[in-house]
Amino acid sequence: MDFFLSQEHEMLRTLYKEFAEREVKPFAQEVDEEEKFPIESVKKLQKYGFMGIPFPKQFGGQGADTLAYIMAIEELSAACATTGVIVSAHTSLGAHPILEFGTPEQKEKYLKPLAEGKLLGAFALTEPNAGTDAAGQQTKAVLDGDHYILNGSKIFITNAGYADIYIVMAMTDKSKGTRGISAFIVEKDSPGFRVGKKELKMGIRGSSTCELIFENCRVPKENLLSKEGKGFKVAMNTLDGGRIGIAAQALGIAQGALDETIKYVKERKQFGRSLSKFQITQFEIADMCTKIEAARMLVYKAACYKDAKKPFGKEAAMAKLFAAEVAMEVTTKAVQLHGGYGYTRDYSVERMMRDAKITEIYEGTSEVQKMVISANVLN
Amino acid sequence: MNIEDYKGVFVFVEQVDNVVSNVGLELIGKASDLAQQIGTKVTAVLLGKNIESEYKKLGAYGADVVVGVAHPMLEIYKTEPYTHVLAELIKEYKPEIFLFGATALGRDLAPRVSSRVQTGLTADCTVLEIEEETNHLLATRPAFGGNVMATIICPKHRPQMATVRPGVMEMRPYDESRPFELIQKEIDIPASCDNVEILEVVKTKSTSADIQEAPILVSGGRGVGGKEGFALLEQVASKLGGMVSASRACTDENWIEKDRQVGQTGKTVRPKLYIACGISGAIQHVAGMEESELIVAINKDETASIFDVADIGLVGDLHKILPAFLEELSKTEHANSALK
Amino acid sequence: MKIVVCIKQVPNTSEVKLDPVTGTLIREGIPSIINPDDKAGLEAALRIKEKTGAKVCAITMGPPQAEKALREALAMGVDEAILVTDRKFGGADTWATSFTLAAAIRKLNYDLIITGRQAIDGDTAQVGPQIAEHLKLPSVSYVEGIQVKDGHLIVKRQYEDRYHMIKVHFPCLITALSELNEPRYMTPGGVFDAYREKEITVWTLEDLDVDRTQIGLKGSPTKVYKSFAKQLKPAGTVLTLDPEEAASYLVEKLKEKHIL
Repeated sequence: MDFFLSQEHEMLRTLYKEFAEREVKPFAQEVDEEEKFPIESVKKLQKYGFMGIPFPKQFGGQGADTLAYIMAIEELSAACATTGVIVSAHTSLGAHPILEFGTPEQKEKYLKPLAEGKLLGAFALTEPNAGTDAAGQQTKAVLDGDHYILNGSKIFITNAGYADIYIVMAMTDKSKGTRGISAFIVEKDSPGFRVGKKELKMGIRGSSTCELIFENCRVPKENLLSKEGKGFKVAMNTLDGGRIGIAAQALGIAQGALDETIKYVKERKQFGRSLSKFQITQFEIADMCTKIEAARMLVYKAACYKDAKKPFGKEAAMAKLFAAEVAMEVTTKAVQLHGGYGYTRDYSVERMMRDAKITEIYEGTSEVQKMVISANVLN
Repeated sequence: MNIEDYKGVFVFVEQVDNVVSNVGLELIGKASDLAQQIGTKVTAVLLGKNIESEYKKLGAYGADVVVGVAHPMLEIYKTEPYTHVLAELIKEYKPEIFLFGATALGRDLAPRVSSRVQTGLTADCTVLEIEEETNHLLATRPAFGGNVMATIICPKHRPQMATVRPGVMEMRPYDESRPFELIQKEIDIPASCDNVEILEVVKTKSTSADIQEAPILVSGGRGVGGKEGFALLEQVASKLGGMVSASRACTDENWIEKDRQVGQTGKTVRPKLYIACGISGAIQHVAGMEESELIVAINKDETASIFDVADIGLVGDLHKILPAFLEELSKTEHANSALK
Repeated sequence: MKIVVCIKQVPNTSEVKLDPVTGTLIREGIPSIINPDDKAGLEAALRIKEKTGAKVCAITMGPPQAEKALREALAMGVDEAILVTDRKFGGADTWATSFTLAAAIRKLNYDLIITGRQAIDGDTAQVGPQIAEHLKLPSVSYVEGIQVKDGHLIVKRQYEDRYHMIKVHFPCLITALSELNEPRYMTPGGVFDAYREKEITVWTLEDLDVDRTQIGLKGSPTKVYKSFAKQLKPAGTVLTLDPEEAASYLVEKLKEKHIL
C-alpha cells in the first residue's frame, strides 16, 4: 500500500495550483456574481491540455491518468467550483463515453477535438420527469432512413449553450424500459436542436445550466453511441466515472474553504489575539482538516481503482457521498469561523458554501450514492 | 598575482548622452571614505566620446584622479569596447578596489570585466567597509529577496569589485576648488570589439499610474473626510514624488477611484514609504500594506491599530499635520537648492 | 539552429519567512521553482523553436534535486536536459559557476545561449555575462524583446530610462528579463512524459574538461565573510506632538532614512 503521490503527480499539483491561482481564482467572484461563464479561463484550459487529461494521446489527449485528471478538478474547484464542473462535465460526461463506447470513426471525429480542447462537451440525461429515475425518459428517437429523429427535452444540462457536442439519451423503444434507451452524439448545429431556458442557481452560478429542446432533431445514424438499447448502460458507466469528478470538485471546494479560513483566523484578532489562538478555533480547524483528508483518500482511491481497471462504482459512490458531505460541513464551518464577514461577499467562503450544496445533488444525489453503495454491499 | 601591487580605489562613472549619472558621483563619495581609511587615492574613470566637460564635476565631487578615455566606439555603451578599455586600465593601474553602479549598464559591464581580469565581484552592495587588520573590502549585500544580509570578501584577487545600487551612498558636497589630477588616456580599441550594432536608441518615460509601482504612497482613510481631503493628500504625494492610495472606506464612498484601494479586496503594495492618513488599520487594510519598507501613521485616535504596524506614529489631526509637513518639505527644498 | 538555455532552481523567495524568535531563515517547506528570468529565457527559446524548428537544450548546475527544474523544462517542451552536478562544484561563487557552466556548454553545439538576467536568491546578474566572457561570445544583457533573423538577432535591450535595439550575430548570449514574455504552463501530458518518456543527461566533474583549481568553493575568488538576518522591525515610535513639531520630526526621520 502506498500513500505517496508519484513525482509526476506532485509536479501536476504544483502546475494545477499555479494555474488555478493565476487563471481561475481572480475571476471566481465575478463569475459567481455576474453568473458569467468563465470563457477566458476555459480557453486557457483548452490551450494547455486540461480538457483531455485522462485520454490517450492517439485520441488527442494528454496520456495522463484519472488521478491526474481528478487532481485538476480538485485544484480548479478550490479556486472556483464553476470552473471545476465545466471541466468535469466536459471530460467525464461529454468525452469519456465516446472513448468507452465510440466507434473508431466517432473517436476520430468527436473525441479527438474534445480531448484537444477544440470542442466542448456536455451530457444530457435528466428530464423534467426523469431525474433520479432515469428510466422515465420521454425524449424519443425514431429511425428514419439515415437519420434518427429526436423529439423531447432535457433539463439542468451543464455546459449547455457553450458545448459543441452533447451526449443525449433518448428512448428508441419505450416498451423495453431502461433497455429501450439509446445514446446519441448530437452536434450543436443539428437541425431541430436548440438550447432553452437558462437556470438561475444557488451556487456554481457561472456554469451554464439550461434546457435542451429537440424538435424533429435530425441526427445521422452513425452518431448512435454503442448500440440501440444500450443507452442506460452508457449513462450509468459514464456517471460512475463522473462521480469521481464531482467528488473531486467537492474535495476542492472544502480544501479551498479551509485554506481561506486558516488565512483568516491567523489574521483576524478578537479580544487582543488572533482567532487561531483560541482552542475552539483550533479544534474546528482540526476537524475540518481531518475530514478533508479522509475525503481525499476516498476520492483518490476511486480514481486509482479506475486507473487499475478495477470495478470502481462503489468506491466512486462512497467518494462522492462522503466528499460532498464534507464539503457542505466544512464550508458551513468556514462561514461560521469568518463570523459576520463570512456572510458577506467580500470573502469567498459564502460562495463556497453555496457551491458545495450542488455536490450533494448532481450526478446522483447523496441518496442515490447510498443506493449504489448498499446495493454493492447487500447484493 | 601579488596583491600588494594593487593600490587605489577606482570608480567607474557611467554617462548617458555625455552627462554623468548620480550613482557614479555617489560612489566617488563612498570611495573617498574607503580611500581615506586605507590611505590611498580615489580615481574616477569616465568613458565616452565628448566627455571633457564632465571631468571637473568628478573632481569637485571628490575624485583625486580622473581618468578619461574618449573614443568614438565609447559614445554609447556597448559591452565589449567598454570591457576592453576597463581591462586595459586595470592592467595598467592595478587598482585594489573597483566600484560600479548597480545599474542596467553596470550590472552588465562589471561581471564581464571581473571575468576578464579573473577576480571576484559582489553585486548590489548596500554597505562597504574596510576590515581593519587586512584592509580587505567588506561588501555587504541583501540575499534571498532581502531576507538575509551577507558580507562578502575577495581576499586573494584584485581588484576587489563591487556594484552598488543608486541612492544608497551619499555624494560629497560639490566643491569646484578641489584640485584633481586629470589623465586623458588614449587606448586602442580593436575593430573586433565592435561586435554588436545599435540600431536605435529610444527614450522611455516612466509613468507609474499603478499604486503598486509607486515608491511612495500617501494613503487616506475615513479620517480624510472626503474628496477635498484627498486633494491635500495629492499635494503631499506630488511633492514626495509618490501617489495617493486609499482604504476601502474611501473608495466605497467614491472619494477616490477604485484602483487606488489598498487591502484585502484591493491591491497589495510594498512601497519604500507608506503614509497612512486617517486610516484606522483594519486587518483587511493592513494585509495589503504591511510589507512597506517604512510606515508612517497619522491618526487622531491614539488607540488606532494602524499604530501597531507603523514605524513612526503621529497622534494628531491629519488636516493640521499634513499642511505643516508640506511647508516643512518646501523649506528643505530651498535649503537643498541653496547648497547647490 | 540550436539554443542552450541556462536555468537555475531557486527557493521561492517570496515565500521565505524569518523565524520571529531566532531571526533565522526558515527554509523548511519553501518550494523550489525555476528562476523567473530563466523561465522567460525558456519561453523565448520555445517560441523560437516553434517558429524555426530550433532544438532547445536546458542546462542547470546544482545539486541532484535540481533535476526537478529540468523535468519542468522538459514538460514545457525543451528537447534535451543536462544536469551538471558534483559535490566538487559546491560553494561556487558566480565566477566559478560561470566557469563550470561554460565548460559544460563548450561540449554542446549552439548558436544562441539564453540565461536569465538574474536569480531571485542571489540577484547578482553576473553569471550570464560571465559565461559569455569565458566563451568569448558577444552578449546582450537585460533583453526584453527578441526577433530572430537570418544569422542574427535583433533584441530590445532595457535601460532605466531607454532601450536600445541591438543587432547581434550568432553565436551569442543574451540574458532575459521576466518582462520578455509570459512563460507557458506545462501541460499535464508534458509532465507525464517528462518523467516517463524522457531522460536527463548528468555530467559530473569527470565529464568536463576544467582546471580543478577554478571550480567550487576553492575556485571562487569571493567568500562569504559572514551572513546575518536582516534586523527585525523594531516596534515603532508613537508620538503626540503639535502639528509643526510633528511635521519637522517627520521630515527629519525621512531624511535619516534617505527618503528625502
